[in-house]
Amino acid sequence: MSDVIVIGAGPAGLAGAIASASNGLSVTVLDEFIKPGGRLLGQLHQEPSGEWWNGMKESERLFLEANNLSVDIRCGVSVYNLEKDENLWNVHTNIGTLTARYVLVATGAAEYPVPVPGWTLPGVMSIGAAQVMTNVHRVQVGKKGIIIGANILSFAILNELQLAGINVDRIILPEKNSISGKAGEPEEVLKTLLHAAHLAPSPLMRFGSHFMKNNWLRKMAIHFYPKSGMKVNGTPLQLRIAAVEIVGKEQVEGVKVANTDAAGQVIPGTEVLYEADFVCIAGGLYPLAELAAVAGCPFEYIPELGGHVPCHSETMETPLGGLFVAGNITGIESGKISMAQGTIAGIAIANHAGKVSSTIDQQLQQAVQQVRSVREQATIQFNPEIDKGRSKMKEIWETKFAPLDKEYSHKKIV
Amino acid sequence: MNRILDHPILGKITDRKTIPFQYDGTTYEAYKHETIAAALLANGVRKLRVHEESGTPRGIYCNIGHCMECRVTVNGQANVRACLTVVENDMVVESGKQLPNIVKRMVEQG
Ligand SMILES: Cc1cc2nc3c(=O)[nH]c(=O)nc-3n(C[C@H](O)[C@H](O)[C@H](O)COP(=O)(O)OP(=O)(O)OC[C@H]3O[C@@H](n4cnc5c(N)ncnc54)[C@H](O)[C@@H]3O)c2cc1C
Ligand code: FES
Repeated sequence: MSDVIVIGAGPAGLAGAIASASNGLSVTVLDEFIKPGGRLLGQLHQEPSGEWWNGMKESERLFLEANNLSVDIRCGVSVYNLEKDENLWNVHTNIGTLTARYVLVATGAAEYPVPVPGWTLPGVMSIGAAQVMTNVHRVQVGKKGIIIGANILSFAILNELQLAGINVDRIILPEKNSISGKAGEPEEVLKTLLHAAHLAPSPLMRFGSHFMKNNWLRKMAIHFYPKSGMKVNGTPLQLRIAAVEIVGKEQVEGVKVANTDAAGQVIPGTEVLYEADFVCIAGGLYPLAELAAVAGCPFEYIPELGGHVPCHSETMETPLGGLFVAGNITGIESGKISMAQGTIAGIAIANHAGKVSSTIDQQLQQAVQQVRSVREQATIQFNPEIDKGRSKMKEIWETKFAPLDKEYSHKKIV
Repeated sequence: MNRILDHPILGKITDRKTIPFQYDGTTYEAYKHETIAAALLANGVRKLRVHEESGTPRGIYCNIGHCMECRVTVNGQANVRACLTVVENDMVVESGKQLPNIVKRMVEQG
């Protein structure tokens, strides 16, 4: 039996395993994917400094470090239930039940689906699926594709597809309806894109972003937005074109689209068909938190964090004794933040386990500081109001849960 | 083959061994250590199953184990996720098939 079971070998889980193991605990990491790294594996973008964020390399580095600390990493293992029995956690998996005193749930994020009619045809996939096929499996997703949904992830992955020589014909929006919500409203989309404009490969968008913080100018921009789109790295971004239906017999053959007005309403009679052999749907990310829910962890709905998140302290503990969380399960942020959060969780677990070296308090404080500074310097920010979301959770923890936990209150990090 | 063998940042793939496997009776080649979904797509195959009731075609959606859209039968074991399962030598993979809807038929027959 290990001291700690980590569920998820993404940046959060691996960093957590490393931090716990360096403090003398035995750690087992479980992951259902074929290799460790989680969603980090497929990430590939250039920082403003010009340096490449190569997720494959980062994953290998984390794996080697964990391996050197004798962390037992098991891939191809799915966890489907988590329950506490006296002082031990039972982790139910497809290879049987494992037990440990401490569990770190680091299951990451999943993508919101946007059910455009025809979306079940082979050749339609989430934007993340295309990232994994391209950068992890190194298989072409198709010859000519259309991305439905304009957000920071679709821009990042557009770039990755282009790097791999895959032709993305255009980016369009989903048709506005109760499910697509703001993702189908041109002005709302433009607003969120402006927060990512410093990353936009197009100088025009970077330039425009300064001016369009102003509401009136933004409305004008949408009103006069060219039908043919504005080029993002050579691919037209068409904010006034919506996907009405994905068509094809046995697989994708194209997307039926229509022009929209400035509010995103389809203009009848403007339908045309764009040919494509693959379609990527980019609906955004939400925390993948089922396991924390089945374990009985209390949740809060915090939209800035991406949806329902398990309640947790700044040191990544949950109200359930021995259960910790880290990474995107706590809120949607970049891989670097997940890693820094994992480190906090790993040290906090060692602290709870009584592996109290003289430096552990200092380690914990430094780790909490590290998350803050990584967040300040983040180049990829999924939600511009992330700080607000994090503060909300901190306040909820301090009013609802911290008073119950004596351990926490005298070791409180300031 | 629809592979990305040469990538400007991620580099070249040169040393991968291939292994044979079967999908719906046809023999294909996979790279060692790759998933069924990736191997089939590299061979130009997108369709992994049909919807159990309607019979309409399905392929991968999320590619990371979340959506269950890619379920196939592997060496006789049904409902295996093609996007998480690594191809093994001579593996026999079958697409998910349409199933009779017993309840519906009972209702229709009154
Ligand atoms: C498709 C996609 C693309 C993304 N692209 C980017 C990007 O380009 N740049 C960026 O900064 N961020 C990106 N992100 C955000 C990403 O979530 C974070 O960057 C980071 O990878 C989160 O780390 P994590 O450790 O919390 O989770 P993840 O990296 O998601 O790792 C979680 C791991 O848990 C495993 N797991 C989940 N549930 C179970 C279970 N029940 N049993 C066993 N194992 C399980 C998964 O297989 C996975 O390996 C992306 C997210 C997604 C979903
Ligand atoms: S494609 Fe979603 S589970 Fe396999």
